[in-house]
Amino acid sequence: MSLSFKKKKPSRPLNVVWARFAAAMALLFGVGTASARVRWNFQTPVTPMAHQIFHLQDIMFGVCVVIFVLVFGVMFYSIFAHRKSKGHKPATFHQSTTIEIIWTAVPFLILVAVAVPATATLIRMENTSDSALTVRITGYQWKWHYTYPAQGIGFFSDLSTPVAQIENQEPKGRHYLLQVDHPLVLPVGEKIRFQITSKDVIHSWWVPSFGVKTDAIPGFINQTWTEIDVPGTYRGQCAELCGMGHAFMPIVVKAVSQKDFQKWVTAQKALMVASAAGSNKTWTEADLLSHGKTVFAANCAACHQITGQGVPGTFPPLSAGKKFSAAPAMLQQLRNRGFLTKDGRIVMGPVKNHLSIVLQGIPGTPMPSFAGQLNDADVAAVITYERNSFGNHTGDVIEPSQVAAVR
Amino acid sequence: MASAAATHEEHPVGLKRWLFTTNHKDIGTMYLVFSLLMFFVAGSFAMVIRAELFSPGMQIVQPYFFNELTTMHGLVMIFGAIMPGFVGFANWQLPMMIGAPDMALPRLNNWSFWILPFAFTLMLSSFFVPGGAPGTGWTMYAPLSIEAGMGMDMVIFSIHLLGISSVLGAINIIVTILNMRAPGMTLMKMPMFVWTWLITAFLLVAVMPVLAGTVTMVLMDRHFGTHFFDAAGGGDPVLYQHLFWFFGHPEVYIMILPAFGIISQIIPTFSRKPLFGYESMVYATASIAFLSFIVWGHHMFTVGMPAAAEMFFMYSTMLIAVPTGVKIFNWVATMWRGSLSFETPMLFAIGFLVMFTIGGLSGLMLAVVPADFQYHNTYFVVAHFHYVLFSGAAMAMMGGCYYWLPKWTGHMYNETLGKWHFWLTTIFFNLTFFPMHFLGLAGMPRRVPDYALQFTDLNRVASIGAFGLGLSQLLWVYVIYQTVKGGKKAASKVWEGAEGLEWTLTSPPPYHSFATAPTVK
Repeated sequence: MSLSFKKKKPSRPLNVVWARFAAAMALLFGVGTASARVRWNFQTPVTPMAHQIFHLQDIMFGVCVVIFVLVFGVMFYSIFAHRKSKGHKPATFHQSTTIEIIWTAVPFLILVAVAVPATATLIRMENTSDSALTVRITGYQWKWHYTYPAQGIGFFSDLSTPVAQIENQEPKGRHYLLQVDHPLVLPVGEKIRFQITSKDVIHSWWVPSFGVKTDAIPGFINQTWTEIDVPGTYRGQCAELCGMGHAFMPIVVKAVSQKDFQKWVTAQKALMVASAAGSNKTWTEADLLSHGKTVFAANCAACHQITGQGVPGTFPPLSAGKKFSAAPAMLQQLRNRGFLTKDGRIVMGPVKNHLSIVLQGIPGTPMPSFAGQLNDADVAAVITYERNSFGNHTGDVIEPSQVAAVR
Repeated sequence: MASAAATHEEHPVGLKRWLFTTNHKDIGTMYLVFSLLMFFVAGSFAMVIRAELFSPGMQIVQPYFFNELTTMHGLVMIFGAIMPGFVGFANWQLPMMIGAPDMALPRLNNWSFWILPFAFTLMLSSFFVPGGAPGTGWTMYAPLSIEAGMGMDMVIFSIHLLGISSVLGAINIIVTILNMRAPGMTLMKMPMFVWTWLITAFLLVAVMPVLAGTVTMVLMDRHFGTHFFDAAGGGDPVLYQHLFWFFGHPEVYIMILPAFGIISQIIPTFSRKPLFGYESMVYATASIAFLSFIVWGHHMFTVGMPAAAEMFFMYSTMLIAVPTGVKIFNWVATMWRGSLSFETPMLFAIGFLVMFTIGGLSGLMLAVVPADFQYHNTYFVVAHFHYVLFSGAAMAMMGGCYYWLPKWTGHMYNETLGKWHFWLTTIFFNLTFFPMHFLGLAGMPRRVPDYALQFTDLNRVASIGAFGLGLSQLLWVYVIYQTVKGGKKAASKVWEGAEGLEWTLTSPPPYHSFATAPTVK
């Protein structure tokens, strides 16, 4: 990601004002040495909409600065000249209809003037017609799912920053918290329509360089669009508080040429065929455990923690014998499924119920259904892993065929 | 007079005085002390938040607890510090400013206050139940609030209690102002502080029940099988936001209009010149209140409203700049060619004027829908609302505190320390919140416990500023304590340029003032 001022288009004089103002602030805050890495304004725009938004903000910022300087120029002159300590005698005026009409009307006219370009931009922003490609985006706690309906491709996109970096046990990488395992790949130079929704709570899909931010709301499909001018990697984040993992569900978009995009589509289709094949074979215990560990880290660890110890009061631990207390409704649900003893300890219940918890979720609790997110091999692996890790030694080995049978 | 006044001064002492009092001055004091306490409770949450955000990576709290802190910081500051603070000012000042002996409904007044400690005990104890306090942000958006732990229910019930307290307090204020003004004090002769509170009270009566209804719907969805906000059951998650912000935007003005009132008292006093454009000030305040009911959509431009609705909310929001501008211009015109002096209350008023305007102008930038898509839910918004709520509402209360404290206690505060408090607050406030504008523009979302590396430097600056800002407020408490304990005797008319009925009373005023109504010419 570019972080310096030089990258911005030099054609806008207001940007220069911004830059000088920002530089002055940098000096004021005494962070001059660090400011090479600090960005003071929007990220570099790479779509027509982002350019227009940048331009609108320049206008608005300019208007605000002028008003501010004028009004407080008058006030500070008054503070300087009309002080009692200088022996200034107070005037007695307290009304002037003329001047009051002027300072009601002038701001109104300024507002009309800025509303015109704002409205034009808004109308363009809302026009999602004539798109060449449609991508469906679904928010989950706490990851994104992308589908290309016409191409038949779908995949999850998870944070790939290692937990050790977040916990400060390893040095943080350059793209700390802004990297994912499977970025969204989009072609440059054509209009792309996004259809955005959510499976659980409200999220918001935001890529600053595109000027796109749209809420992902369960039960609604919001539409927006973009057209990327420049190939590159663009990073954004979820912009609506969605629970514990809100800061940890970034968005990474790789914008590539249309030829590269076609190649990527072909490769993805081949991958999906291979993955489906995995669900039809019989796995060894070792393979299930190692695949299960990966699936657990990507899907379960956000709540149940990478250690499987959960979060007291909210997310149950997965270790048999551990005490757990939470809202009575949740405890009852766990007891009904045989996963909680009378004295409030976690226990590994029947495999049948374990499968139903993972596939259907537990209604009324934060445990979601993973039926749509994980294939048979993933489910088999993660349950095998859970029943033989975190101090559990059930020895159970679950095969994909068992999962397929209860789906 | 001596014997009659002596019996009037009698009141229970000790705890009983405060539990059973119906005196507007006692109740005002309790509101103010309570508000100050909550200011420090919620402020301490902010200190933990800023400590966590000092560096990238998780350092001192877990992500979920971080969300609990942001939620409770917002709820306690809004409902515990700012709103009761202004009610405290209203209790002390309104009867003295309109020449009334007390509030119109004194027992109701007592009850309005005493609901608060119980409500906040309930709200704050949600930290200690399984699942902890809600981690939904103070906005409590469904469906996140539907899936939260039982702490959410406690917050819902405490909001019900706070709503009852606010509505009762507001009714009391309306009744007092409309019925108990001294002979000759027509509506258009009322001090601006009285006017702003009258309008605020109507806003409270109008919108607190909406909030109560909305959180009740959340409660129903959580426990009683309804699906108001559950899409799977035919409900509508966006409906929650419409309802919440129909309350939420007038709520913003509930927190700022009384501040306008305080500033409108302070500036003429230290300019030694009457308030410029009194009538237009009244009309501007009323217009702002009216407009506050038709702008709520600007909090939710990204939910996918139709373009026509977005345009409507953009234009109506921009319109608010007109009456707000009128107020700013009037204050500056009041100072123009006055005879200015710069005691602590005036410093706070000028600080308010400059920094509130920064918040107002960033609000104007936020109103522009396409640009708002970029600002929405970023630190730019955090900067914006702290400029209007801290340097706006809170600093107006600090100014008002220094302005009227000599009247209330009968002692002058320490001017040097007062000025130190102002400058430390102003410098650290800007150090904390100005960099947040840049963080937001550069792409840092709000309500995150951890952030990408390019946001580190400005977050460090903000955290250092926040610790300074928090510590500076201890000085304020010390000055208040010192003034209550003793100090130079304050005259009846504490400030040379002060106008109004409260300055005709002794400092401190008698326990029961204006037993006989004064006449206003």
